[in-house]
Amino acid sequence: MSEFNATQCFHCGLPVPKGAEFTLLIDGKVRPMCCKGCEAVAKAIIEGGMGDYYKFRTENAPTGRELVPDFLQQVAIYDNETVQGSFVRRDTATGTDEREADLILEGITCAACIWLNERHLAALPGVLEVAINYTTHRARVKWDNGRIRLSEILEAVSRIGYLAHPYDPNRQQLLLEQERRLHIRRLGLAGVLGMQVMMIAVALYLGAFSGIEEHFRQFFHWLSLGLTLPVILYSAQPFFRTAWRDLQRLQAGMDVPVSLGMSLAFAGSVYATFTGHGEVYYDSVCMFVFFLLTGRYFELVARKRAAEASESLVHSVPAMATRLGDDNEECLVAVAELEVGDRVRVRPGETVPADGLIIDGQSSIDESLLTGESLPVKRGREEHVIGGAINIESPLLIRIEQVGQDTVLSGILRLLDRAQTEKPRITQLADRTAAWFVLVVLMLAGSVAVYWWQADPAHWLPITLSVLVVTCPCALSLATPTAVTAATGKLIRSGLLATRGHALETLARATHIVFDKTGTLTYGRLNLIDSVVADGHDEQGYLAIAAALETGSEHPIARAIRRAAGDGKRQASDIQNTPGAGLTGDIDGQTYWLGTPLFIETETAQKCNAEALQRLRVSGNTVIALGSRKSVLALFAFGDELRNDAAEAVADLKAAGKQVVLLSGDHLAVAQHVAGKIGIDEVYGDLLPEDKLEQVSRLQKQGAVVAMVGDGINDAPVLAAAQVSIAMGGGTQLAAASADMLLLSDRLTGLPEGLRMAQRMLWVIRQNLFWAIAYNLLALPAAAAGYIAPWMAALGMSASSLIVVGNALRLLRNQRN
Amino acid sequence: MEVLYLLIPVAMLLVAAIVAVFFWAVRSGQFDDLEGPAHRIIMDDDKPKNDK
Repeated sequence: MSEFNATQCFHCGLPVPKGAEFTLLIDGKVRPMCCKGCEAVAKAIIEGGMGDYYKFRTENAPTGRELVPDFLQQVAIYDNETVQGSFVRRDTATGTDEREADLILEGITCAACIWLNERHLAALPGVLEVAINYTTHRARVKWDNGRIRLSEILEAVSRIGYLAHPYDPNRQQLLLEQERRLHIRRLGLAGVLGMQVMMIAVALYLGAFSGIEEHFRQFFHWLSLGLTLPVILYSAQPFFRTAWRDLQRLQAGMDVPVSLGMSLAFAGSVYATFTGHGEVYYDSVCMFVFFLLTGRYFELVARKRAAEASESLVHSVPAMATRLGDDNEECLVAVAELEVGDRVRVRPGETVPADGLIIDGQSSIDESLLTGESLPVKRGREEHVIGGAINIESPLLIRIEQVGQDTVLSGILRLLDRAQTEKPRITQLADRTAAWFVLVVLMLAGSVAVYWWQADPAHWLPITLSVLVVTCPCALSLATPTAVTAATGKLIRSGLLATRGHALETLARATHIVFDKTGTLTYGRLNLIDSVVADGHDEQGYLAIAAALETGSEHPIARAIRRAAGDGKRQASDIQNTPGAGLTGDIDGQTYWLGTPLFIETETAQKCNAEALQRLRVSGNTVIALGSRKSVLALFAFGDELRNDAAEAVADLKAAGKQVVLLSGDHLAVAQHVAGKIGIDEVYGDLLPEDKLEQVSRLQKQGAVVAMVGDGINDAPVLAAAQVSIAMGGGTQLAAASADMLLLSDRLTGLPEGLRMAQRMLWVIRQNLFWAIAYNLLALPAAAAGYIAPWMAALGMSASSLIVVGNALRLLRNQRN
Repeated sequence: MEVLYLLIPVAMLLVAAIVAVFFWAVRSGQFDDLEGPAHRIIMDDDKPKNDK
């Protein structure tokens, strides 16, 4: 359990802002909370009788600061029958209105979160069954639609600080799931039957030394044949299939010698069983299949994780849009049905469904998902908006201009695709090396067979088998995946998830660590950073006035003001909005202006303190002024707050000898200011997604191995282009989908930790490879010379594999630093 | 030693049963979540649930 002190929010662990006085009695103690959101969430948890959550948890809860009201507005859409059609399963047989759906839960950090959600949902009246998968964070919920609606379930989840989306598994995902189950069956069958064959084989080996009655020997052979048959026919199928495919294309994959060895061993054994002459190798065959399948299973799991991430992309574009008919009647249609020329209404908080032109209304729009620009932009009539952007202030009427493949978002997705297809060069190299290795083994085995056929026909089969088995690339092919799996498993516990097999290996070799700014080095949301208040007055009082004026606005600055103002509530009347400039309103009979300094100066004819203005603006912050008729009362600077561990992480990375680079879509001055604060020397600002891509490929052309850390949709292409990419866990799902690693904890210090782990892992891999190769070099000549019987070869092969696995498992132990 | 002719087929029947149970377990989704049960068993959950 985490340690808490008085300055940390008991719920989410974020620092408690000074002046905030949110507390809650938990477990008989008064606990500090950082904001109203966390307080509300914690209260809901305690009142629901689930206070044990705070005892069980090993990680802090997601912060309640951003309980997304936009999301809750949209949630009602999920009650729509047509919308439900795609992901809700209905039980028509029982006659009741029972429904079942899969939900993705966002914000899960540890096992206690799952327990909390499970209990909370199960306690809702009308919810019949809840099961949450700990690995995939997916909840299967069954409910009685007559007593509770889906939207109410989703809202209930948000009350305790998490976000739930309905989840519609796509075909590819279902196929992968089926494949995984098939694979487990194959593995289990090979394991169980292999053990039996092994048991019999031990009896046979002992019999070979101490004498065994012929009829028992025959009986054991037939038994082994019966047990091995399902293993060959069912478990070993994938190897034969890929080997056959490779042969048809005249390629030499890893599976070719494996399949050849298995078929030869099996055929030889069957011959021996029927004729009663020669040796049987059923044990070797089963052991072979089992070990190889185990290795493949690791691969499959990694692949499945990657597919899960890309599945969640779908959420960046909404499912439904409000289309206006000819008679201005609103009707809800699926986004896929939209056509060019359709008129669509986008309410505040909704996502723009496709690229279009604003024909009515004016609003500020959050395009940060697509451009990385952290501040919303003002858009009015005759201006373009892009699909995926979020409308913040007021309703807009949009004429659709581009749909489907033509939208900007699809363009970015294509960039991402291209970058992803360009990636697997490293993998190709590994495959090619393996192919050569396999060719050499096959040729060697061939010549050994020919030689022994002529020299001593009785021994050609066992010796050829020994060669094929002894040189089995098992240890060689296990050397890397086992180390990777062990290191990956260890790292998950410190909040770093590797979604691709090569990620850690490449991270260890990285020469440049490239950071995106917004959301990565910073928290990616506006906060009150600094203020200048007229002499002798109190900041909190003015913030309360500002908050009163901003009541009801969903502009990020308004939210930041309300957050900073905390509980000090005042009432304003007669609020007037001048879009793009500021607000006017009356409080206790006095008129106040809140807005850009220019707005204040023109409206009140009072001068802002130029020196203070200069100082506040220097780091690229947005400055808002509060004025009355008599004077300018206060200046507030809003900016993106740096993550508190950013400087430490950067220093650590530099100490590890890495070049640290900052690429940002924000203005160069802002980027430079941030870089200066945390000690990054190489900074580039004003970059579009394409420019970032260019910068990274420039570095790569100079021979750099680039590790990219980012969080937004705009980072997705460059994440994919970097040799290894790391996305912030709290970032967008698209970034997560294109990343090789995910920083689940959002702690930047996880990066240097990951790097150290990756380097240890690389060291273990080298040891493993060295061992595997040394073993092969020793065993191969011995086998070719006929000194090694097939059973010894199988034993040696397994032993060398075990050594490799054991060595890899050392990574799981804690390293004393 | 002739009893082996009886014992081993019995063992094989047992193995067949094990394989059948295993396949059933895979099909009913027991291997879908390998982490959950380990956590779930530690969580105190014996307070009465709300009435439905």
